[in-house]
Parts: sequence; C-alpha cells; structure tokens
Amino acid sequence: MGRRLDEELTMAAAQVIRSEWTKIRSVASTVWTLSLAVVVTVALGMLIAALSNNDFGNMSRNDRLSFDPTFISFAGMSLGQLAMIVFGVLVVSNEYSTGMIRTSLAAVPQRGAFLFSKIAVAGALALAVGLATSFVTFFLGQAMLGSHKASIGDSGVLRAVIGGGLYMTLIAVFSMGVATMLRSPMLSLGILMPFFFLISNILGNVSATKKVGRYLPDQAGSKIMRVVTPIDDDTPYGPWGGFAIMALWVVAALAGGYLLLKKRDA
Amino acid sequence: MIELEGLTKRYGEKVAVDGLTCTVRPGIVTGFLGPNGAGKSTTMRMMLGLDRPSAGDVRIDGQHYDRLRDPLKYIGALLDAKGMHGGRSAFNHLLCLAQSNGIPRSRVHEVLDTVGLTGVAKKKAKGFSLGMGQRLGIAGALLGDPRILMFDEPVNGLDPEGIHWIRNLMKSLAAQGRTVFVSSHLMSEMALTADHLVVIGQGRLLADTSMADFIAQNSRTYVRVRSPQRERLLDVLHGAGITVVAAGDGALEVDDGKAEHIGELAAEHHLVLHELSPQQASLEEAFMQLTAESVEYHAHTDAPPEQPWGAGWTRS
Repeated sequence: MGRRLDEELTMAAAQVIRSEWTKIRSVASTVWTLSLAVVVTVALGMLIAALSNNDFGNMSRNDRLSFDPTFISFAGMSLGQLAMIVFGVLVVSNEYSTGMIRTSLAAVPQRGAFLFSKIAVAGALALAVGLATSFVTFFLGQAMLGSHKASIGDSGVLRAVIGGGLYMTLIAVFSMGVATMLRSPMLSLGILMPFFFLISNILGNVSATKKVGRYLPDQAGSKIMRVVTPIDDDTPYGPWGGFAIMALWVVAALAGGYLLLKKRDA
Repeated sequence: MIELEGLTKRYGEKVAVDGLTCTVRPGIVTGFLGPNGAGKSTTMRMMLGLDRPSAGDVRIDGQHYDRLRDPLKYIGALLDAKGMHGGRSAFNHLLCLAQSNGIPRSRVHEVLDTVGLTGVAKKKAKGFSLGMGQRLGIAGALLGDPRILMFDEPVNGLDPEGIHWIRNLMKSLAAQGRTVFVSSHLMSEMALTADHLVVIGQGRLLADTSMADFIAQNSRTYVRVRSPQRERLLDVLHGAGITVVAAGDGALEVDDGKAEHIGELAAEHHLVLHELSPQQASLEEAFMQLTAESVEYHAHTDAPPEQPWGAGWTRS
C-alpha cells in the first residue's frame, strides 16, 4: 500500500514537473531575462577585468596583495543578478498577474506539489544558465587580465567558479520565494531590485552596519566566489559558511511562500 | 455529482455565502442563478478548492477536491476567460494543463478542434477576443473528458453564434449523462438551457427546484378580459365568485382563471367581449420577485414614499 502510494506520488510529481517545464519554456520572459543575465554578467565582467589589468601598476601594495583575479571576473554579477531576480519574480508572479493561478491550482490542487515543482524546474534552469555564465565569464575575464590571471587549476578557483553558478541560482530561487509571498510582480521587483543593487551593498560595507549587513543573503553568498581573502578581513565565515547562510535565507523565503500559498484563497 | 453542505464563506463581517446546502445531479443542466454579488463565483471557487470555506463542506463524487487524483478528469471548469497567460499560445496553454493531469497530447488537438480554435492554436492568447478566450477556457474544461462540468457565466462576451454553440454544447454534455453546472444572472438564458434551478440571493439558497416547477410556482398566470359592458361583466364575475383585478387600460385580469369558463359565463349573459386571452408573466419577473429582497445593489429609481401630511408631528 505504502509503496503504491509512493509510486503514485512520484508519478504525480513527474506530471506536474513536465507541465511546469512546458509553462516556463513557452513564455518569452524566460528567454529574455536569462539571456540578459548571461550577457550582462559576461560583458561587465570582461570590462572590469580589462580595466583592473590596466590599473594594476597604480595599485597600492595592500591592493595588490588582496588582488583576486577570479572574483574580479565575476564583477558583472552585481548587475547580472538583477536579471536573475526578474526571472525568479516573473516565473511565480506571472501566475498571479495573468489570472492563470486559478486554472493552475484547479489542475493541481496540491499546492505544495504545485509550488515546489515550479521552483524545481525554474531552479534547475537557473542553475544550468548560472553555471554556464560563471564558466564563460571566468575564462573570458581571465583572458582580459593578461599576466595577472588565475588558472582554473589553482587552489579554490574551481570552487569559486562553480560557486558563481550556485550563487546566481540561489538569488533566483530566493526571488521566487519572495514573489510567492508578495504575488505582485511590481511589488516584488520594487523591493528586491533596490535591495540587492544598493541597500545590501551599503549595509554590508559601511562600518557601522557591517557586522549585521554581512549576514544578508547576497553579502554572505558572494563569499563563495572569492579565492583571495582581502587583508584585514574579519568575516566570521568561510566560502561555504557564507553559502550556507544564503541557503538559509532561501529556505526561509520558500517556507514563507509555501505557508502563505497553502493558507490563502487563490 | 456535487454535494454542498452548509457551505459558508465569510470575509470579515460580510457573509458572501451563507449555509448553502444542495446537490447538483448528473444527466441534467443545473442552472445556478442569482443577481450580481449573490455569491455564485465564490461558491464555484470553493467547489474547486480555490477558496477555503469558513464552514461547511463541498464534495465532488464524494471526495474533497484536493484529494482528487488528476482532478481535470473528474471536473472541468471555466471560471473566467482571463485564466491564462497571454504570452502563451493556445496549444501550449492546454498542453501544460494536460501534462499536469497525465492527459495525452493528442487530446489537446481534439479539444482545440471541438471549440473551433485549431486555426489559431499557435497564436498567443493575448491576441484573442473575449469570445475566443472563452472558447479556449472551455477547451481547458473539456480536456480531461470529465463527468462534471462547471461554467461561470459562459455566454458573457460571446456573439449570437457562440451563444447558440455553448447552449447546444451544454445540452449535449448533459445528454451524455454528465453533470453540468452553469451560473448566470439572466433568467432568460437559464430558461433556454437549464433543467434544474438553484437560485441564491445574498449567499442564501432561495430555491432548489426543477425548471418546470419553478415556472409553475413563480410565474403568475391570468386571463385578460376586455368588454364594452365592463360594469355588467364585473357583476357577472363577482356573482360567480371570481376575483377580478382591474388593469390600467380598462381591461380586467382574472388570476388563475380559465378562459373557457369566463367566455361561457359571458355568453350566458349575452355580453360582448373584445378580448379574452390567457397570459403568463415572464420568468424574468418571477426571478426578480424572488430575489427582490436579496438584491445587494439596488438601483434606486423609485422616489421615496411620500409622507402623509402631518406625519412628522403625530409623535414627538
């Protein structure tokens, strides 16, 4: 009996995942948000790597010691992640803004299965695009850095490059959780975009708020993309520690979204 | 079969649906009738597990909606024509619904053909007219070949040909033994399609009856009589114990009277009749009478009743 039920549940989940894949591949916003994330991250990363290469001769001794060629090639993510946020928000809030949500929930009344299938599909797609972006931006960025470049075989570099893909994935999934809670695309973007582009950076770098600000999802998560620890850095967590902190934020956002979806009228 | 038991929905203080109990049976078209704001759409959303009832219960073939495995195979619903992503093609919209319930891809082509949208299957839904959107919604309802179908105001936005099409579709679905539940705020529409009626007003059940019984009970039948010898006719009718109401234009109206009986009486007393016609008040009037007290948004066209002179100071 238990086994038959398991099989049925697996089959049902496979159906919903197939359906969510059809949904995600059949709207234009998926293509343009993800391509924008790739193009912006890679182009800006290359530009900043080239500028850093030219500027290296003028740097102070400390700056040269902290010079992290891997992390520099990921500089484009500060903007590229915004496209990932738009992707994550639209995947979920499209359902609400179009009225599709009622049709969707009538077809799949098990709301947990609906939400987590959607997030699994969109998350897997973000992971594939994120990893590809991360590797491309690393190699092209290093090509711009000339003699200062890092190699993929250097200690910690491969972890940082894979980490870049994971970071982009978690940013997208976090946005999905927030959009599930807020439902409105405008409200979700209006909160997430300025938060990740400005507010979090300020809170994480100004000395007065740094101690708290570095536990924000992007501040903690981006640690995984660093290979060289800056001089006089006192961050209390390592690359995977930071990534775990970000993952906790994502879990919290998803849990909040799930509980609200479960409870609310559609 | 759909069973509602004491179904209630409250939004804070406001009661949208108030202890609704009824059964929607297979093989007939059941009309769900009520003025705007009576709670029809809320009730339908609760039937589909979209809104949680504040109290009471809905069961689909004896089960709660969210316990149904592949619910589209049990019940197909058209809630509103906008329940779709405008950027997705008609085909992909139906395909994602089909896949979520394990319905084969070939069925998508079938229902597109049934509703006449095969030619625009690859077109994005946002370019559709309201009528085409309605047809796409109906295609989604038919997708799982369900035993129960539910349509919320399906003729809205349809052209006459489309209205004709949907009426026939509903009748043929019921004739196949399916349960068809359709809401409307127009009695005239229901009179043409429904075999059974569930009438609600302000969330409360006002009637749950067959269409024929509803017509028999709620429509006033009377005989209209006109005669140049009006006073003598009145005397004769009174003499026979028949109650007469004077109509505005000088004619007389006899409630529940038989035209034959009145004609024979008149002939017996050598009275000339200019008119003798059995009449039936329209169903629309009957429906408005039934829901009059429960209409939420009255259009205040009547002037307030005039106060009798001095009414203000009879009590201090």
